Amino acid sequence: MSKIHVTTSINGDQVEYLCEPHETLLDVLRDRVGLTGAKEGCGSGDCGACSVELDGRLVCSCLVLGAEAEGKEVQTIEGMADGEKLHPLQQKLLEHAALQCGICTPGILVAAKALLEKNPDPTETEVRYWLAGNLCRCTGYDKIIRAVLDAAAEMRGA
Amino acid sequence: MVNEYVESKSDASDVTESKRDFKIVGTRPLRPDGIDKVTGRAMFGADMSAPGMLHGATLRSPHPHARILSIDVSKALALDGVKAVVTSKDFVKQDNSGNQDTLDNLMARDKVLYHGHAVAAVAAVNVDVANSAAKLIKVEYEILPHETDVDAAMLPGAPVLHEGRKFSSVPEGSSPNVSSYWEFGHGDVDEGFAKADIIVERSFKTAATHQGYIEPHACLATMGADGRGELWVCTQGHFMVRELAAAFNGIDASQLRVTASEIGGGFGGKTTVYLEPVAVALARKSGRPVKMVMTRDEVFRATGPTVSSSTDVKIGMTKDGRITAGQAKLRYQGGAYPNITAMLGAMTAFAAYDLDAVQTLAWNVLTNRPKQAAYRAPGAPMAIYTVESVIDEMCQKLDLDPLEVRLLNAARKGTKSSYGPTFDEIGLVATLEAAKAHPHYAAPLGPNQGRGVSCGFWFNFAGNTSVSIAVSPDGTVAVTEGNPDIGGSRASISMMAAEELGIPYDKVRTIVADTNSIGFNDVTDGSRVTFSVGLATIKAARAAIKNMCGRAAMVWGIDPDAVEWKDGAAVPTGHNAGNFPPMTLAEIARDAGKTGGPIAGHFEANADGAGVSFGVHLVDIEVDPETGFTKVLRYTVFQDAGKAIHPAYVEGQMQGGAVQGIGWALNEEYIYGDDGILQNAGFLDYRIPVASDLPMIDAVILEIPNPGHPYGVRGVGETGIVPPLAAVANGVSHAAGVRMAELPMSPPRILAAIDGAKG
Repeated sequence: MSKIHVTTSINGDQVEYLCEPHETLLDVLRDRVGLTGAKEGCGSGDCGACSVELDGRLVCSCLVLGAEAEGKEVQTIEGMADGEKLHPLQQKLLEHAALQCGICTPGILVAAKALLEKNPDPTETEVRYWLAGNLCRCTGYDKIIRAVLDAAAEMRGA
Repeated sequence: MVNEYVESKSDASDVTESKRDFKIVGTRPLRPDGIDKVTGRAMFGADMSAPGMLHGATLRSPHPHARILSIDVSKALALDGVKAVVTSKDFVKQDNSGNQDTLDNLMARDKVLYHGHAVAAVAAVNVDVANSAAKLIKVEYEILPHETDVDAAMLPGAPVLHEGRKFSSVPEGSSPNVSSYWEFGHGDVDEGFAKADIIVERSFKTAATHQGYIEPHACLATMGADGRGELWVCTQGHFMVRELAAAFNGIDASQLRVTASEIGGGFGGKTTVYLEPVAVALARKSGRPVKMVMTRDEVFRATGPTVSSSTDVKIGMTKDGRITAGQAKLRYQGGAYPNITAMLGAMTAFAAYDLDAVQTLAWNVLTNRPKQAAYRAPGAPMAIYTVESVIDEMCQKLDLDPLEVRLLNAARKGTKSSYGPTFDEIGLVATLEAAKAHPHYAAPLGPNQGRGVSCGFWFNFAGNTSVSIAVSPDGTVAVTEGNPDIGGSRASISMMAAEELGIPYDKVRTIVADTNSIGFNDVTDGSRVTFSVGLATIKAARAAIKNMCGRAAMVWGIDPDAVEWKDGAAVPTGHNAGNFPPMTLAEIARDAGKTGGPIAGHFEANADGAGVSFGVHLVDIEVDPETGFTKVLRYTVFQDAGKAIHPAYVEGQMQGGAVQGIGWALNEEYIYGDDGILQNAGFLDYRIPVASDLPMIDAVILEIPNPGHPYGVRGVGETGIVPPLAAVANGVSHAAGVRMAELPMSPPRILAAIDGAKG
């Protein structure tokens, strides 16, 4: 079977690649485009470590085909900071010591950013339910939830 | 908010300097690897690639127990794009039985002992070809009967896993599946029980749980024709990986340079090898770099969960709450190979208490399940769960306050522990008192709500450690250590170096070096890194300081003994030293070339004195009597950290351990069918706690200095997972009005207990 040619936008840059019809967007990002920030924790959409935004919608990139990115805009963790300037969520996760091993962190950040784009003033419960699809085995979530609420407050004030 | 409770004990040993006025220790600076981890730049196991790289895939057993009659790899090798295939024949037989077990576990030799046991591996040009090739390997099996239950595997007639293998220290007449037996304790338990006003005897079961690290095992190996290799791997101990991968492939350890990637969680599960020796073998055979990455399914089926357990506990108590005797019989199964987790259970079960009569007996039993691996305080959570559950029931029966009873019986300095040694300075009483005084303990409860309490204990480990410190000419400092940073340890190591040297935290950079760049280090386990690497860092800094004081003495023309180090500078001291202005680290470093050359310090030791750790957890639980559904309403962790170097990461360990324990208590379980096949090998069905399951986890740090560390540090990584099992079980029992004796306490189980109590 021949490969599919895809033209898409990743973090604002136009990107072209060839991928197998069955190849996931996660594999394309990691193995063909060289963006390894999205992680594969399960490959079945249960852990959220591969979270990216596709045309502004939060998705597990392991459940999206590489071919589906044709003509769309993909936002990954690598596009979150503006050069040296961290996104407030990135800064707050660091300040709150809200990561231990850091493998879930890219997915948590992408998911939290998608939440704050929709709901700039979430309650603790809303943050907890929104992030229920992002597994973290290290922190018990406490510091992550505090960091997201703190970032939301700062972004509303800014 | 996180409460911080600082205990200021005045009788701490003078070896520690915990009362010293720290400038950096105890603050909360940003971690040095932080930016990489929030931007996606950090390189984990599966993130590395190499030119010309092949991909590996593993063929695994479809049977829980079978004899391998033949393996035919010819069709796989004939497939386009396949470059190498390996089986157990490609590895070197080991003299050490533990190492041979590890090797047999990662590549089955004569028999497959569990569903998912590796049988062969393939390297090919891509993952698809490798997977297709693995399916073309033809294995002929003679299927054997299997057993996955610990009690059933001990019965006469149970399928025998290792026929003819003799295990030492197993009592005559034991089942051939019993691989080890241990006894601990002191005093006469029969006499103790005779003194009791009340005796409670109960049996408990706990399910096997997986560490559940989010990063699957991954590595990238290269091996040249000259026998020199490189290995990139996510592991808790790259020196351990080097020893085993080299030994299994018959190469010299020093010829295999192993670099630890960033590690995406381990919790004990990455303290052994699975893929790494196989990747090296495939790389050698193919002459190409080989990357291997497990799927989540493989992680569940073929890497070590913890043990499942079946335990009988008997405790005698006077009516005012003094324990007169305690006895536990622990039966653990840790899969298809011997292990010592049951021994650790027997040692820890009663460790929180000062007892005149205590006895624990433990059996390890072999079953057709994956070889267990360490999981955070291995053996302790399930043992202490049983003891703390019975004590709670006795408090309820006698109408006594559960914290008061624990205080009455608590181990203290001078207590002969249930596993032998006599305790030095320990923090259990202070921790219990902090829990008793906390507002959580007095908060009102609503209908269908219950409060659970439990103590927890872990030994902590110290071990082999090497650290080297180099002072750069610009006055900054590089710390080189060899323990993978699993939860922020590079921050705490940098902090201790900066504290000792008297320079700012951001003038220090700590790296985890590869196996050829620093002396040997034990695995990142046993809560040992902040303790041992910290101790070695302080000693290495002191060596550098001594060197720098010598340089200043030379410049000043005075005796080196007349120079001391203060606030990051050499200063003359004593009557005859002369009057010289302080010479800073930066000044000494700048002129080092003129005063004797580069300045460095190093320290290597097999450290001791880790200092045991105690914790107490309080939890409020609500049970829905209609559905058996539980909700964790409030949770507070109290734990002795000795000295919290970076309090935020200490809290993180306490919170993370508590939540893993909550998962173990309520949700998590390896579920087997009669076919011996794991039924829930994925995060959808093996449900670890998610954010919406939980409240905030309050963390209260106690600081009772460890006399064995210059700053008083105790390991904090493991103790936090020990109390939640019983704390949650006791909370559920109070909320639901029935005693729960099996984990996990899933809604159907709770509902059945409630209905049973009614009926």
